[in-house]
Amino acid sequence: MLLKLISAPWPWYVAGPIIGLTVPLLLLLGNRPFGISSSLRHICAACFPGKVPFFAYEWKKEIWNLFFAAGIVIGGFIAAHLLADPAPVRISPKLETALGEFGISDHNNLLPSQLFNWPALLTIRGFILIVVGGFLVGFGTRYAGGCTSGHSIFGLSTLQWPSLVATCCFMAGGFIMSNLVLPFILSLS
Amino acid sequence: MKNIKYTLAGILFGIVLVKSQVLSWFRIQEMFHLQSFHMYGVIGSAVVTGFIAVTVIKNLKIRTFGGEEIVIPRKPFTKGNIYGGLLFGFGWALTGACPGPLFAQVGAGFTVMAVALLSAISGTWVYGVVKDKLPH
Repeated sequence: MLLKLISAPWPWYVAGPIIGLTVPLLLLLGNRPFGISSSLRHICAACFPGKVPFFAYEWKKEIWNLFFAAGIVIGGFIAAHLLADPAPVRISPKLETALGEFGISDHNNLLPSQLFNWPALLTIRGFILIVVGGFLVGFGTRYAGGCTSGHSIFGLSTLQWPSLVATCCFMAGGFIMSNLVLPFILSLS
Repeated sequence: MKNIKYTLAGILFGIVLVKSQVLSWFRIQEMFHLQSFHMYGVIGSAVVTGFIAVTVIKNLKIRTFGGEEIVIPRKPFTKGNIYGGLLFGFGWALTGACPGPLFAQVGAGFTVMAVALLSAISGTWVYGVVKDKLPH
């Protein structure tokens, strides 16, 4: 019964507060500001620092962030394998119709398998979604000084106005891409 | 290892990202097409919860478990908040993921997203190289 309850998709009013509580949890554990995109910088500093001043710092002092990121990978594994929900992902009928026009009909999993798979990397569409998209996530979050966790959750809940600016821009960028550009990209093969 | 506690926190966070479908490409598109309240509910209630918790910590002068005073780092405003924010928004809508969900997607078995994660790392690296030439 309990496992069944946990296995079903969690509603926003359960997930949101748990995510929000990550902020005080990390502060109490050791004065750490919640944020994940910094881990990408630490990985660069640890693995490919080159002679770039931006990566010349003592990344080992921030190693907690990499332990946290590793935990996210493990948590993803546990949730997907031990607490998995066998039902297809319920998506809005409007989105289902819109995606259907591009031949994307499979929503048995959290990501559309027709878009995100290894062979797709060799298509223009898949390359843009996965490789270009990933690059923009890494470049954009560092340029913006944080991501959804660092700015939208930590920054907003500590009332920092630069985080409000960043969050509005995250949303604006997402609206532009998803509504104006993505339909064109999805029509590529 | 004193850092294991952060891994445990990460595990909890990763489980929530999967179970709430926050890492789902579908949920992200619904958010940007205003077709579902889910993502707004998650982010909104997370901010409210975080704000209440931080207010309690401040007013009661609660210290860390190690006894240190809690300090909240301030984020300076730069034009990067705008330009970088827009660029990240583009990437968010394409991959359907921000950095946290990218890690969780890989763990959840979407192995091709390891490429997106590597690409995100290279994006951060390129930012580090060209940083001084960009408006801030």
